Amino acid sequence: MNNAIEVENLRKEFKAYSSRSGLKGAFRDLLTRNYKVVPAVNDISFTVKQGEMVGYIGENGAGKSTTIKMLTGILTPSSGKISVNGMNPHKERERFVQTIGVVFGQRSQLWWDIAVQESFRLLKKVYKVTDEHYDNHMNHVIKTLDIEPLLDKPVRKLSLGQRMRCELAAALIHNPPLLFLDEPTIGLDVLVKLKIREFLKEINEKYNTTILLTTHDLSDIEALCERVIMLDEGKVIYDGALRNLQEKWGEGKELQFQFLEKVDMAAVKNLTKAIPVKWELDEKEQIFTASLEDNDELISQVIAKVVAAFKIKDIKINATSTEEIIRNIYEKGAV
Amino acid sequence: MDKYLEMIRIRFLMMLAYRTNYYTGILIYGINIGAYYFLWSAIYGGKEQIQGLSVVQMTTYVAVSWMARAFYFNNLDREMAMEIMEGKVAIELIRPYNYLGMKTMQGLGEGIFRLFFFSAPGLIIVYFVFPIEFTWDLSVWGLFAVSIILSFFINTELNLLTGITTFFLYNNTGLIRAKRVVIDLFSGLLLPINFFPGWAQEFMKFLPFQGISYLPSMIFTKGFSQHQAIEAIGQQCIWVIVLIIPIQLLWHMAKKQLIIQGG
Ligand SMILES: Nc1ncnc2c1ncn2[C@@H]1O[C@H](COP(=O)(O)OP(=O)(O)OP(=O)(O)O)[C@@H](O)[C@H]1O
Ligand SMILES: [Mg+2]
Repeated sequence: MNNAIEVENLRKEFKAYSSRSGLKGAFRDLLTRNYKVVPAVNDISFTVKQGEMVGYIGENGAGKSTTIKMLTGILTPSSGKISVNGMNPHKERERFVQTIGVVFGQRSQLWWDIAVQESFRLLKKVYKVTDEHYDNHMNHVIKTLDIEPLLDKPVRKLSLGQRMRCELAAALIHNPPLLFLDEPTIGLDVLVKLKIREFLKEINEKYNTTILLTTHDLSDIEALCERVIMLDEGKVIYDGALRNLQEKWGEGKELQFQFLEKVDMAAVKNLTKAIPVKWELDEKEQIFTASLEDNDELISQVIAKVVAAFKIKDIKINATSTEEIIRNIYEKGAV
Repeated sequence: MDKYLEMIRIRFLMMLAYRTNYYTGILIYGINIGAYYFLWSAIYGGKEQIQGLSVVQMTTYVAVSWMARAFYFNNLDREMAMEIMEGKVAIELIRPYNYLGMKTMQGLGEGIFRLFFFSAPGLIIVYFVFPIEFTWDLSVWGLFAVSIILSFFINTELNLLTGITTFFLYNNTGLIRAKRVVIDLFSGLLLPINFFPGWAQEFMKFLPFQGISYLPSMIFTKGFSQHQAIEAIGQQCIWVIVLIIPIQLLWHMAKKQLIIQGG
């Protein structure tokens, strides 16, 4: 199978200007300005196979959007090699962009003042889509994303979620084999989010579309991507299956108890003092949380002891959530 | 090619969406033509001719210059500056088309809209209000049509050039404003070039500006002989071609060092 994206030692540096202080400084700034060269993307390498759905994650300012801008041919890299769909995005821009679709969550690509369908019509011409292809493909897209009633409205009159669904449809007019999504679910309600996820899964299955997705909503990644690439300060710090991240970093399990009567923390601690377990109490909800290593034997013991001693209202057993794992990694800064 | 035609249509729709701008535009142009008419009448006083133009020719010159301006004028430089400063060019660069070509088409869409909904009705109104002389010589109309299409391209190229400088200067509102003043002054819109002192006329022959307004208006008012008219069109053609060079150079440099603003 072919690689949709191949990236080798990719690097992008920005000049970060700093202003001198005071009036004198301002005058000196007019002549020469101080700047530092900061690498936003720092020699990263990875490949993505055709048909993969990859989550590209990292803290704010990690360099995700910058990478996507280079992969889509908008920015010229400072150094490194890029091959996307077998082409160099900067060299053959017009031919290359015909093979990709892009959604920037914070930026509209539809024309603001005209009806959505006019934008679609223009894009259809721009991408040289035949009527037949358009009817086959887009009618389905429009139905699945449920945007039929929005088509005759100008974009400026749409809500964020309505607009985002139209943006996604617009990015798919030419049915590209590769889709870049930079925070496509930013600010969307649960239902729209679900709809978009379902839809992405469907086109991935139907057309084997490769999808590279950045988001801060990890449930998007959990729902869609088997593989994640994690970026920190411009460097790739993890590239692999989402599940491995769970296994490697999921630090044990959590047991949550709620009791019928008022229970004292000291008493609970006393009960389990023979077992290596850490207790925490949520004062407001009166939820007692025990964190311990992922060992069935120990977990059973803790539950047995607690249940025997107090009347229980609710028990939950949780694996450490992906969100927590990622938070840990971000905080520690390395894998 | 289809996509470029479609872009003209889209811009047409956008202009329709903002009709009010266009009504106020008519008013402003009307006031301008009126003001210049009275100004020139005062300057002519009793004189038959100044610099080879009669007062009727002068009035026609003013009316036609302003109406032609509605066609060739556009704000592409300001639009580009906005798109660049807000980072919207990013979207333009992921489209399989030539950004500058598309911008030119948008300008053309706007020009055609104004030609039909603004210049044509405006000219008829002006014709009844002021003493204007229209020629019914079809060859003059033909030459004039060719000439204002070329003036559209010259003006648009200058706008693209100014727009591209945003990539290098970041904030170029000053430059844009300066460019507009220079064009209004040196294109012959406010004062026909043959009213300038001799040395200035010589100098301006080496600049593209008179191709924007002076040459087509002189063709229309029959201030030029047919031979002069054809020469003028040739001169415009040369500028259309010559201006492509700095545009391509700057655009090439701009793309290389392009930095998109915003996440
Ligand atoms: N035009 C620019 N000029 C200078 N520095 C920039 C520019 N664009 C981005 N940067 C810097 O590059 C780094 C990476 O930015 P980028 O937008 O790629 O982050 P990101 O991972 O997309 O973050 P977020 O999750 O907030 O969208 C940041 O430190 C940012 O300050
Ligand atoms: Mg970003």
